[in-house]
Amino acid sequence: MNVRSQISILFHLDKCIGCHTCSIACKNHWTDRKGAEYMWWNNVETKPGTGYPHRWENQEDYKGGWTKDGSKVSLKGSGKFRGLKNIFHNPNLPVIDDYYEPFTYKYEDLFTAPECDDQPIAKAVSLITGKEMEIKAGPNWDDDLGGSPLYARKDPNLERLTQQEQDDLFQVERLVMMYLPRICNHCLNPSCLASCPSGAIYKRGEDGVVLVNQEKCRGWRMCVSGCPYKKVFYNWNTGKSEKCLLCYPRIESGQIPACMHSCVGRIRYLGVLLYDADQIEKVAHADEDKLVEAHREMILDPFDAKVIAAARANGVHDSVIESAQHSPVYKFVKEWKMALPLHPEYRTLPMLFYVPPLLPILGKMEQDLYDTSDEAYFTTIEKSRLPIKYLASLFSAGNEGTIREVLKKMMAVRIHRRKETVGDINAVEKALTEVGLTPKIADDIYRLTALAPLEERFVIPPAHREEAIEMTKMVLVEQGDTGFGFTEQPSRM
Amino acid sequence: MSDLILFAILPYVALGIELSVSLYRYFGGSYKFSSLSSEFLEQKELFWGSTAWHYGILMVLLGHVLGFLFPKEVIAFGNVSWRLLVMETSALTFGLMALVGLVLLVRRRASRARIRAVTTKMDVFILLLLLIQVASGVGIAVVHRWGAMWYASALVPYLRSLFILEPNIGLVAGMPPLVKLHLVNAYLILGILPFTRLVHFLVLPISYIWRSWQIVIWNYDRKKIRQVK
Repeated sequence: MNVRSQISILFHLDKCIGCHTCSIACKNHWTDRKGAEYMWWNNVETKPGTGYPHRWENQEDYKGGWTKDGSKVSLKGSGKFRGLKNIFHNPNLPVIDDYYEPFTYKYEDLFTAPECDDQPIAKAVSLITGKEMEIKAGPNWDDDLGGSPLYARKDPNLERLTQQEQDDLFQVERLVMMYLPRICNHCLNPSCLASCPSGAIYKRGEDGVVLVNQEKCRGWRMCVSGCPYKKVFYNWNTGKSEKCLLCYPRIESGQIPACMHSCVGRIRYLGVLLYDADQIEKVAHADEDKLVEAHREMILDPFDAKVIAAARANGVHDSVIESAQHSPVYKFVKEWKMALPLHPEYRTLPMLFYVPPLLPILGKMEQDLYDTSDEAYFTTIEKSRLPIKYLASLFSAGNEGTIREVLKKMMAVRIHRRKETVGDINAVEKALTEVGLTPKIADDIYRLTALAPLEERFVIPPAHREEAIEMTKMVLVEQGDTGFGFTEQPSRM
Repeated sequence: MSDLILFAILPYVALGIELSVSLYRYFGGSYKFSSLSSEFLEQKELFWGSTAWHYGILMVLLGHVLGFLFPKEVIAFGNVSWRLLVMETSALTFGLMALVGLVLLVRRRASRARIRAVTTKMDVFILLLLLIQVASGVGIAVVHRWGAMWYASALVPYLRSLFILEPNIGLVAGMPPLVKLHLVNAYLILGILPFTRLVHFLVLPISYIWRSWQIVIWNYDRKKIRQVK
């Protein structure tokens, strides 16, 4: 057993309202500077939708992540010889237009325009060329376009649905959408790292944060296509790749990452997970429908004496083990089995987990009356507006049973709380036992979901390098700073 | 006198600048070592230019290096006419490939607004030098045939004399002007290299082939942490 610790993240999608406050917090902290204008280390996309960059889930084009290859897993697009062969031209690289060309407006024109009959307008200007441009896409371009043929219907996840199911999904009365906030998953088997020819990307042993060493990065850009989530970005100005750093300067000084701290819906949780690094290869190679289960299995019980001993022997500090015992992520992922990784079939073992949304269930209507009997509450999961198949394509590599299990649990908690607060439902026991919950656990789930204060949602372990931050540049001193690393300013030759 | 400066002093100055500046820049924070790829801003045209240029120039460079390291073997190999013909045509093919690729890259850089936005004066300068170098190289291959043979027998001794610090400029004095241009321009490129984006070829990521897939780095000493209770 090779026990390592990982600072893990959980997004509770049932609570996400799609307000983009997280994206703005991240943008203001890290990517408001030349070459990074188009980057959204944190973005929120509407699903069904194409996402950012355009159709990032289509691995036939971008060839990100790993694929099963005999007894091993191998990189889908890059790899040692293929990567070096394509170093002069990476055929799978997303280009600026797959994201959007960053722009600003000529606001000055509004003031300097001569008096005339028409309102003056501020023309759009490209932030790359400085020339006037026509805006064809922008951040959140497909925001809330649940039914649009241009965006929603081009969602790669719909490929798992039959034509009939797709048509049903887009009936006007049934139109549905959900929000999917995304940051770097800080994977256990990161394919960006494995595709980097220079060895500039690395995973931190003590907390599992995946970082790009800006001094070692040579701009071979294999990581950009290698990451199946498209969460490594190429800075076109400095010629280096950049990515979400889980606000490590904040975490090291005990603060909550910016996107999470600013979350209005309080959907975000952060805590330590202990895992067995010896199992990485095995789990990455698991059969598709067993991926989620295998992933869960490699996460270790921080209360188990054997695990604690092995963790200590491996240099995991006692304070980190203690932190793991209080981790809200552990509860959702392992204890309650309610949180799932995004697209586990990419085999990177992402360490950001999602509680899928229990979207408004379609009420059963009979003779113009909604059926609110006990039975109806539970059976309607099958008829949820967003097909289970669709959620399975996102969160369980197509395994619908896994999704059903989670949704039923969430429903059971709701029924239980309905009984507690309103008292008009009697089928509570059946609902709870069917998914293996007790009223006590259901209350715990309810508490952590709905009531938990800041300190319970974010359990940050001491970094044991509190002074290290003083060696780096003060973050947030001035606009345009990289905000991390030592003091050399980015510039081109 | 000018021969002395161009063929006995310039090479050392160029090499000196190359080594010292490259090392200084590499060890004094290598933030600027990057290929500065512009593929992200323009992908399609880059394919033809970049691929042709890189594979062409790498093969041509390999030819030059082989001739420098094994002149006798090259001459022996070229003594059979069909083999010489193979050497000559493949060298010219790769040279033309590099030239075509380079021209395409220059055209792309000049015609695309996005690419112009990331083009510096140094980029223009080095592109110009490279263009002169490859064009003169292809010119030599066309005008002065059987370069593999006379390069190995006449020019390599001069280059070797540079390396043993006894520059023999007499060996180049009689060379045609095109060859002299090729040599002087090569020294200029060498000297200017560390100030340009060309440094990316000094940091070829060969170690990728044998490194492990994943890299995990601990910020603290794990043994030490274990002892702290």
